[in-house]
Amino acid sequence: MGSKRRYIFLAVWLVFLMLPIYWLLMMSLKTNQEILSTFTLWPENLTVANYVKIFTDPTWFPGYINSTLYVAMNVVISLTVALPAAYAFSRYNFLGDKHLFFWLLTNIMAPPAVFLLPFFELYQSVGLYDTHIAVALAHTLFTVPLAVWILEGFMSGVPKEIDETAYLDGYSWPRFFITIFLPLIRSGVGVTAFFCFMFSWVELLLARTLTSVEAKPIAVTMTRTVSASGLDWGLLATAGILTLVPGALVIWFVRKHIARGFALGRV
Amino acid sequence: MEKREYQWAWLMVLPVVLVVAFSAIMPLMTVVNYSLQDIFGPNSRFFVGTAWFTEVLRDPALHGALIRQLIFSAAVLLIQIPLGVGLALCLPKKGPWVSVSLVLLALPLLVPWNVVGTIWQVFARPDVGFAGVILNSIGFDYNYTGDPLDAWLTVLVMDVWHWTSLVILLCYAGLQAIPDAFYQAARIDGASRWAVFRFIELPKLKGVLLIAVLLRFIFSFRIYAEPFVLTGGGPGNSTTFLSQSLTTMAVGQFDLGPAAAFSLIYFLIILLFSYVFYLTILNMDREG
Repeated sequence: MGSKRRYIFLAVWLVFLMLPIYWLLMMSLKTNQEILSTFTLWPENLTVANYVKIFTDPTWFPGYINSTLYVAMNVVISLTVALPAAYAFSRYNFLGDKHLFFWLLTNIMAPPAVFLLPFFELYQSVGLYDTHIAVALAHTLFTVPLAVWILEGFMSGVPKEIDETAYLDGYSWPRFFITIFLPLIRSGVGVTAFFCFMFSWVELLLARTLTSVEAKPIAVTMTRTVSASGLDWGLLATAGILTLVPGALVIWFVRKHIARGFALGRV
Repeated sequence: MEKREYQWAWLMVLPVVLVVAFSAIMPLMTVVNYSLQDIFGPNSRFFVGTAWFTEVLRDPALHGALIRQLIFSAAVLLIQIPLGVGLALCLPKKGPWVSVSLVLLALPLLVPWNVVGTIWQVFARPDVGFAGVILNSIGFDYNYTGDPLDAWLTVLVMDVWHWTSLVILLCYAGLQAIPDAFYQAARIDGASRWAVFRFIELPKLKGVLLIAVLLRFIFSFRIYAEPFVLTGGGPGNSTTFLSQSLTTMAVGQFDLGPAAAFSLIYFLIILLFSYVFYLTILNMDREG
């Protein structure tokens, strides 16, 4: 393949990826009347009324806060528990290590639909139903194993001599881990945080089941409000566009490490 | 380098085990519990043995969902893996366009799954959607809410839109790891483009491709939110996949016993497939 043909193929693909998002964006800037009556690639009467409505309506805004809160909690919990575990998996052999690792991975594989009812009952019985922490904990089911998997990949790339030299120099494990090891795998930690964010942000089946009012995520607010008031295409599109913004921002921050991150630190 | 034997490493793993056990083992026990009992209320439940499993395994509606699911997952893999490899080869290796392409590629992966459904709903509808209007105006009688084949194809294209980037990014990372010296050697030998791909790139991609196939199989096998928002499983049940049948059974009809039995069978299928892959990946890691 000549390099010109390669770039054309790539460009066509990127256009295909962006078209639906472009269409959503344009729809959010149109009036409902224009959406339903004419087919226009660019809004004839550009309006930001839908955005104003969402930012001023008290039923919409808390949804964003809720989603952000439980995602943030999830990232913090996942990283805190996964860091030492990934270190153990990358450096030591211990009884049952391979089985344990596979058991962790099975939780990424488990279909969330399987856990719907048990989660509902479990969190209700411990009084956590409809709290942010419930969603954050439920999402750790797949974000923690994923974090261990990715971090283990990155950590295995760091030569063991570094650990041994540090211990000989009289470093204790916690001091070595925080002052020497963590800075070495900075990008791995960033990428892991990104993945925890990603999987917690896009998941809704569990988030929807475990919340009703207080911790309701934005995307749930979106589907419920829209279906309750009939099909308001403009408003639906606006809400959709707004759910893309945090993801786009986060990708921008990890763009340099994104490819290696998707390979789970394994190349 | 050999890893050191060190049983105290268990202490480092313990927090993870506790957190995951809380969200995995306890709920799984509940599912097992449900799958063996007939529950009428908090205090009246009967042990029914394997009755629910037999019922679920004989349910023709579930057979239909399973077959649709297998065909869908096979189609997803057959399209997305070659397409992903091809596009990864097209990405520039360095320069300012790398970041831009990667960010654009990753964007669909960061869209909440039900919003993916919404995006394609407004994109494909024959009345207000870009694709719907264009397809109809050039002579296709396209309507995904009425025609089962159109609905199925729309769900497939939506999944290709949503997830091919994952395969591309994985393969791109694999390609980046190939040293320049390999390509130079190939150039000196006068290797063709195909030979470079077949004997240099493909072997190096084996590891990431395994991960890609595994992840794509699993995520397509448990797809729920996207088709649910887009088609609601219809028309008829042409786009009803396993997760949706399960959710309908558990939440919609509240058939706890059969739903739990179904969950376990569903989970076992995925587990079996993953285990084979895990062993393969483990063996490859060992070979280096």
